[in-house]
Amino acid sequence: MPANRFNNFTDYGIGIGLRAPHYHHILTRKPVVDWFEIISENFMIDGGRPLHILDQILEQYKVVQHGVSMYFGSAERPNKEHLRRLKTLVQRTRTPWLSDHLCWGSVDGRYTHDLLPMPYTFEAARITAQKVREVRDFVEVPVVVENVSSYAEFHVSEMTEWEFLNEVVERADCGILLDVNNIYVSSRNHSFDPYTYVNSVPAERVAQIHIAGHSKYKKYILDTHDHPVIDPVWKLYERAIERVGHTATLLEWDDSIPSFDEVHDEALKANRFLASASLAKAV
Amino acid sequence: MKLLSIQRRMARAVMTPLTPSERMCSTAPDGRSMRAVASEIIKPNDRLTSFERLEIYNRQYWFRILSGFAEDFPGLRAVLGGNRFDRMAKAYLTDCPSQSFTLRNLGSRLEGWLRKNPACTAGRGSLALDMARLEWADIEAFDDGAEPTLKPEDLSAANPAKLRLRLQPYVQLLDLRYPVDDLLLEVRKEDDDTEVASNAFSERHHQKRVSAVAKLKPSPIFLAVHRMDDSVYFRRLHRDEFAILTALRSGKPLKTAVETAMRDSSIVPDERAANVQHWFQTWAALGWFCRNESKQSARADRSKASRTSSRRT
Repeated sequence: MPANRFNNFTDYGIGIGLRAPHYHHILTRKPVVDWFEIISENFMIDGGRPLHILDQILEQYKVVQHGVSMYFGSAERPNKEHLRRLKTLVQRTRTPWLSDHLCWGSVDGRYTHDLLPMPYTFEAARITAQKVREVRDFVEVPVVVENVSSYAEFHVSEMTEWEFLNEVVERADCGILLDVNNIYVSSRNHSFDPYTYVNSVPAERVAQIHIAGHSKYKKYILDTHDHPVIDPVWKLYERAIERVGHTATLLEWDDSIPSFDEVHDEALKANRFLASASLAKAV
Repeated sequence: MKLLSIQRRMARAVMTPLTPSERMCSTAPDGRSMRAVASEIIKPNDRLTSFERLEIYNRQYWFRILSGFAEDFPGLRAVLGGNRFDRMAKAYLTDCPSQSFTLRNLGSRLEGWLRKNPACTAGRGSLALDMARLEWADIEAFDDGAEPTLKPEDLSAANPAKLRLRLQPYVQLLDLRYPVDDLLLEVRKEDDDTEVASNAFSERHHQKRVSAVAKLKPSPIFLAVHRMDDSVYFRRLHRDEFAILTALRSGKPLKTAVETAMRDSSIVPDERAANVQHWFQTWAALGWFCRNESKQSARADRSKASRTSSRRT
C-alpha cells in the first residue's frame, strides 16, 4: 500500500548505490539486495561495458535512477541533449521515480560538476519548480528532489533551507528525496537544529531517504560519502521514519569504497528503524 | 540580486584557478579583490569568513576536475612528467571548462587546445599530441554506440561501385607519428603493478617508464582503437588498411575507397587483391561494419568522420 501519493514503492526497502568496484561481486555472487540506485550520468552513453553491466543488473534487480547534473536550480534552461539521453535511460531502466538535487551547478553552458547551494529566494524557487516540471513532463516519470549538503549561505536568502524546499516542491508538485546526512552536515555548517528541518518537511511528499557518512574538519563538515553512518544521523533517520513511515532508503558510499558486504551491512542497519515503523503502523 | 547574476558571480569565482599552494586566489578574474566578491554574495558565519566559505567550493571544483582529467590521461602524464602535466591540465581546464553534463567529456577539446598551445608540451609536442589523441580515442571507443553487425547476406546483391559500408561508431582510426600504443599499455601495466607494489618497487618502475618515454623515437603507425567483448583494444593497421577504412568512414563507395587507397600502395600489385580480401575478412570478423544505413545513423557516421582525425576501460 502506498505510503503517500509520491511514494508508491514502500516495498522497495533498503538499497545501495551501484558502484563499479562491486560489479564483479554482484554479478557472480548475486547477493539479495532490495534495489540498486544508479548514477544516471554514468549510463547516459551510447554503448559499451557500463550499459552491458546495467542490463545484467536490470535482469535481476530493481534499479532507481539518481542524477547529479540536472541542476534544477540553475537559471538556464535544461540541456536538451541531457534530457534526451536521460529519457532514453529511463526507458531502459524503467525507473519508478527519478531523483536529482535541489541545487545548481552550471551557468552559461559551463559545468562545475558540483552541487552548489541555492540562494533561498522566491525567484529561485519559481525557476527551480518550473524546471522540475519541465523535466518531469519530458521524461514522464515522477521526479523527486534531494536536499544537498552546503558550506555557504547567501545574503539574498529570504527563507530557511527547509522553507525553500517546501516552496519548491509545492510549486512543482513533486516528491522529496530526504537526505538526512545532508541535513546533519548542513545543520553543523550553518548552526541550525536538524530536527527543526526534519519536522518541517511535508511527510506526505517524501518518496525516498538517503543516508551516508561524512568527514569532519576543524571548522566545517564535508559530505564525502566515505565513512559509515554516524549515530546522530541514524537518530535523525529514526525521526524521519517516525514522520514519513516505511520509505525506500538508500545508503550512499562513493569514496574509499569497502567490500560489497560491508556497504550492504551498513545499509541494513536501517532495518531496525523501518521495522519499528511497520510495527507502529500495524498497531 | 537576481539568480542568474549570483550564479554567474559564484561560478566565475569557483572556476578561478587555485594558487600554487592550492588556496583561493586573492584576486578575481576581473581584477577585483576576491574577498570583496565573496562578501557581496556569501554570508560569513561564526567560524568561516565569506572568502573561506567560497574557497571550499573553489578547491572542490579544481580537485574534482583535475583528478578526473588525470584519470583520463595517464599516458600524457607519463610523457610530460607530473609537474608539467599538472600545469598543462590547469591551463587547459581554465581555457576549456566543461561544457557537458558528464565529466567523461573533459578531454574532448584537448587535441585542439594542445595544437594552439605548443609551449605547454615544448620538446615533446608531437609525442604529447599523439598520446592525447590515443587516450581520447580510447574514451570514445569504450562507450560509443554499437549497431547491428553487417551479415554476408546483406551484401548478396550489392554493387561495389555504389555500396557504402559503414563503420561501427566505436571504431576510432588514428594516424600517429609515435608508437604511443605500446607506451600507453606499459603505463597502464605499471599503474596496475603499483597498486600492489612497495614504494621502492614502484620507484624503480617509475624510472623505467621515464626512461622508456625518453627513448621513444618517431615511428609512424596507423591504429584502430576498437572494442570487443566490452574491452578496448589497439590494432595496428597497414597504411593501405587505414586509407581504405578512412575512405569508407568518410562515405566513399566501396569500390572508390579501395581504388583510392591502393593508388599509392607499397604492396606489389600481384598481392594487393589477396591483402584487401584478408583485411575485409578480418574487419568483418571483428564486427566493424554496420547493417542497413538509416538516415540518422548515416548522419552520425559522417559526424564521426569529421572528428576521427582529431582525436580512447
